Amino acid sequence: MTEKGAGQLGVSPSDRCAIGISFGNSYSSIACTIDDSPVVIANEDGDRQIPTILSYVDGEEYTGNQAKAMLIRNPKNTVISFKDFLGQEFKSIDPTHCHAAAHPQDANGTVSFTIQDKVEGEPPSTLSVKEISTRYLRRLLQSASDYLGKKVTSAVITVPTNFTESQREALIRAANDAELEVLQLINEPIASVLAYDARPEAKLEDKIIVVADLGGTRSDVAVVASRGGLYTILATAHDYEFAGVHLDTVLMDHFAKEFMKKNPNVDPRGNARSLAKLKAESEAAKKALSIGTNASFSVESLADGIDFQTTINRLRYETIARKVFEGFNRLVEGVIKKAGLDVLDIDEVILSGGTSHTPRIANNFRAIFPETTSIQAPATSATAINPSELQARGAALQASLIQEYESDDIEQSTHPAVTTVKHITNAIGVISLSGDGEEIFTPIIAPETAVPARRTVHIAAPENGGDVLVKITEGGTHIKVTKPEPKPKENGEKEGEDEDEDDSDFDSEEEEEEHREKIWKIGTTLAEAAVRDVKKGGKVEVTINVAGDLAVTITTRAVGGKGGVRGTLPAP
Amino acid sequence: MATSTIVARPLPVLPEGWSAEKDFKPIGSITASTQRTIEPVGPHFLAHARRARHKRTFSEDDRIQAQESAKKIEKDDESDVSEPEDPLMLQREAKDWKSQDHYQVLGLSKYRWKATEEQIKRAHRKKVLKHHPDKKAAQGSTEDDNFFKCIQKATEVLLDPVKRRQFDSVDEKADVDPPTKKELAKGNYYKLWGRVFKSEARFSKQQPVPTFGDENSTKEEVENFYNFWYNFDSWRSFEYLDEDVPDDNENRDQKRHMERKNANARKKKKAEDNARLRKLLDECSAGDERIKKFRQEANAAKNKKRLDKEAAEKKAKEDARLKKEAEEKAAKEAEEKAKAEREANKKAKEAAKNAVKKNKRVLRGSVKDANYFAGSGDASPAQIDAVLNDVELVQGKIDPDEIAALAGKLNGLKVADEIKGVWSEEVKRLVAAGKLKDGDVKSLV
Repeated sequence: MTEKGAGQLGVSPSDRCAIGISFGNSYSSIACTIDDSPVVIANEDGDRQIPTILSYVDGEEYTGNQAKAMLIRNPKNTVISFKDFLGQEFKSIDPTHCHAAAHPQDANGTVSFTIQDKVEGEPPSTLSVKEISTRYLRRLLQSASDYLGKKVTSAVITVPTNFTESQREALIRAANDAELEVLQLINEPIASVLAYDARPEAKLEDKIIVVADLGGTRSDVAVVASRGGLYTILATAHDYEFAGVHLDTVLMDHFAKEFMKKNPNVDPRGNARSLAKLKAESEAAKKALSIGTNASFSVESLADGIDFQTTINRLRYETIARKVFEGFNRLVEGVIKKAGLDVLDIDEVILSGGTSHTPRIANNFRAIFPETTSIQAPATSATAINPSELQARGAALQASLIQEYESDDIEQSTHPAVTTVKHITNAIGVISLSGDGEEIFTPIIAPETAVPARRTVHIAAPENGGDVLVKITEGGTHIKVTKPEPKPKENGEKEGEDEDEDDSDFDSEEEEEEHREKIWKIGTTLAEAAVRDVKKGGKVEVTINVAGDLAVTITTRAVGGKGGVRGTLPAP
Repeated sequence: MATSTIVARPLPVLPEGWSAEKDFKPIGSITASTQRTIEPVGPHFLAHARRARHKRTFSEDDRIQAQESAKKIEKDDESDVSEPEDPLMLQREAKDWKSQDHYQVLGLSKYRWKATEEQIKRAHRKKVLKHHPDKKAAQGSTEDDNFFKCIQKATEVLLDPVKRRQFDSVDEKADVDPPTKKELAKGNYYKLWGRVFKSEARFSKQQPVPTFGDENSTKEEVENFYNFWYNFDSWRSFEYLDEDVPDDNENRDQKRHMERKNANARKKKKAEDNARLRKLLDECSAGDERIKKFRQEANAAKNKKRLDKEAAEKKAKEDARLKKEAEEKAAKEAEEKAKAEREANKKAKEAAKNAVKKNKRVLRGSVKDANYFAGSGDASPAQIDAVLNDVELVQGKIDPDEIAALAGKLNGLKVADEIKGVWSEEVKRLVAAGKLKDGDVKSLV
């Protein structure tokens, strides 16, 4: 085990056993790949979503749901919500979520917890957040190793897009201390996209995806351009005000009020233990409401030894939590605006994170986005992947892709020199004719495509064949260059939506074309080429190759024909 | 990304009079771009990184990737060079499958227990293609499917992990015989025995098995090796050699008898096998030079300790003796020195006494030479007495050095006045020094 690079453990590719880890504030997941398809691993308790909680009772270490149960009986020695504290200074952390558990402390600027992690009577230890993470990761590794039957050596771990360098480093160090080689840290939204794109039935399309990661303590939304399998994040937003715990709080308040209706002088929120019970049961009720339309809430000895039982239906829940749900809507709309896009530009919305199970959120998104946009959530799509598992699956897929490479290779490939490239801002396409003979722009390379890029299209030749003109132009308006699919201002959002609804009978690809027919504007002409003597009913193949320096090579020929025309445009 | 999308809308017809060199007319270039970071995730990024790092274009990369995958396929094919088929083997009867060498039938004699499932499957396919009875019939030969059945049986045995182990257990062709003395005499001890244990290692339940090593192996490695092999846990079993148990329901007793017999035979063979391995190990360890070497080294180390201890003791004793001697010598020397000093003091004292006596004689002689200051004529006894008393008195008052000085002054003087002058001077000095009172020694003044 030699120290390498950023303190990495060197594991040779042949000895690797790699998994994907989604390390969250509230829950974590581990996944591996079996025959190239990702499988989320259940821990020894049978949980696939393992609460990110570490608890000590009489020197015994508990994690996951066992530790979560300790929040009621032994909150002082239970650490929750610690992942975001990694690599942060004490002054910059938000300790709100740790209120009902071990409190973070300032240890020379870094964050630590004082925990009785040994048997009663010995002095309590002060553990840094890194040490806590190491212990927790060690338990995750143990579960994965037990499941796989061999020792797990390496992992790909997902991190939020706003994880700083020092947080990344701290996470890598914590993992290394748990004898885990970190192959790569990947951004959470990208892991979710990868999990969807790696499905065998998925088609490789150029699309704009909004990934809404609605977690327990934070919500992150990212706009991702997927271009030929290369992903580029266009904008992100992070929110700590609208997340799972806020839905819990809404339910807690609701149930507490119900309780106080019957027992006017007892407030279950007044006592830490009652509050913990209330919170645990509220979370359970919330989860039940994501599946069924009714949920029961029953706690023995909620406060002052009084048992409490009631039920809640989904409608009621959606009414009282409306404020939070609307917050999610604003968050998503805000980030699309930040990316300089419009909801019409979004081809797909992926919901990930535990809170995404809530049907109302997905249904709200369904209402915001046009019909053409697919909303990947359990409530709106039968084929959606379990949102809680997306990130772990994506990480596992990435792990299986890169585990055969040397860590140096991985480091070099993820170097900014390789990852930072030019992206074209205007679409490049060809002029074709609509049914009534009008010239319209047909995109071949979408905007925000990373270069070098290569695309090939087959375009029908005129009915009678003969000589055809291939005119390559840029698409979009030159007034608003940042808007990749710009719609003229007068052609407002409303109208666009209406049109979408009209076209909804066609299949989705067709719709995109239809939809764009009215939006694309022909920009500057790049080149013209002639293909001669195309057969009747034949097709013309156009290949556009954009080099890294934006020089363009265009090749065009009749499909099945010989020769063809090839030309190059200089780099700007 | 070699796939292409299909666009249904037609291209425009080439307008009349359009012409360009090579039918291509470049007009502009891309107007705007932004720098962004692509996420280093996914299979397509790997392709991108590969192209970027090796500075390949799309078509180059496609070509290289295609070549690499083609190479892989070729390599796979190469690994299965077919073995020549023994004509005797081809005439085997399928019903004698128990005695056939399944690996040989499939052309895997080179690999034996090392053959992978994949290899077995491929070998089976190859053989089937060659020996299928329908093919033979088509070629006009008789419909003899015996060897084909042999192939099927071999595959059946080898693809069933349980049956394969049973067969491997009794596959003597995979055994390596222990080297004879004659072979060992030529050297190569470690290589020859190493081969034997390598082949025996296939029966180990625990893998990997420690290797035999060579003459440079460390003590730990050798010990580890023998420990492992003396506690060898083998999966070898001998069901394959069972006698056939009659399958009819007629004679149950006979059946049970056969089963018992088989079970006993297995047990016996297993015990024999264990004994064989033990004997093998005993033989090997008996001739193992490394063990002797380590024993000698251990002995040498032990002896060295003892000798060291003895030497240390001897040295300590010698040191003590030398120290004592030195101390004694020093004491003696000190004593002698003190003695000599004492004697020297004594001598000096005596010499001083003698000198004082002599000087006193000189003093007295001087007054005698001066005729006791009586001028001419004999001095009266009284005067002689007075002068001598005074001389005595002066002598008593002064120390030997002054006596010596006085004697020096007086020595050689014969004239009475001069002598008297010296004396009176001395007396005056003494009076001045307060040692004599004026008038004490009148006779000398």
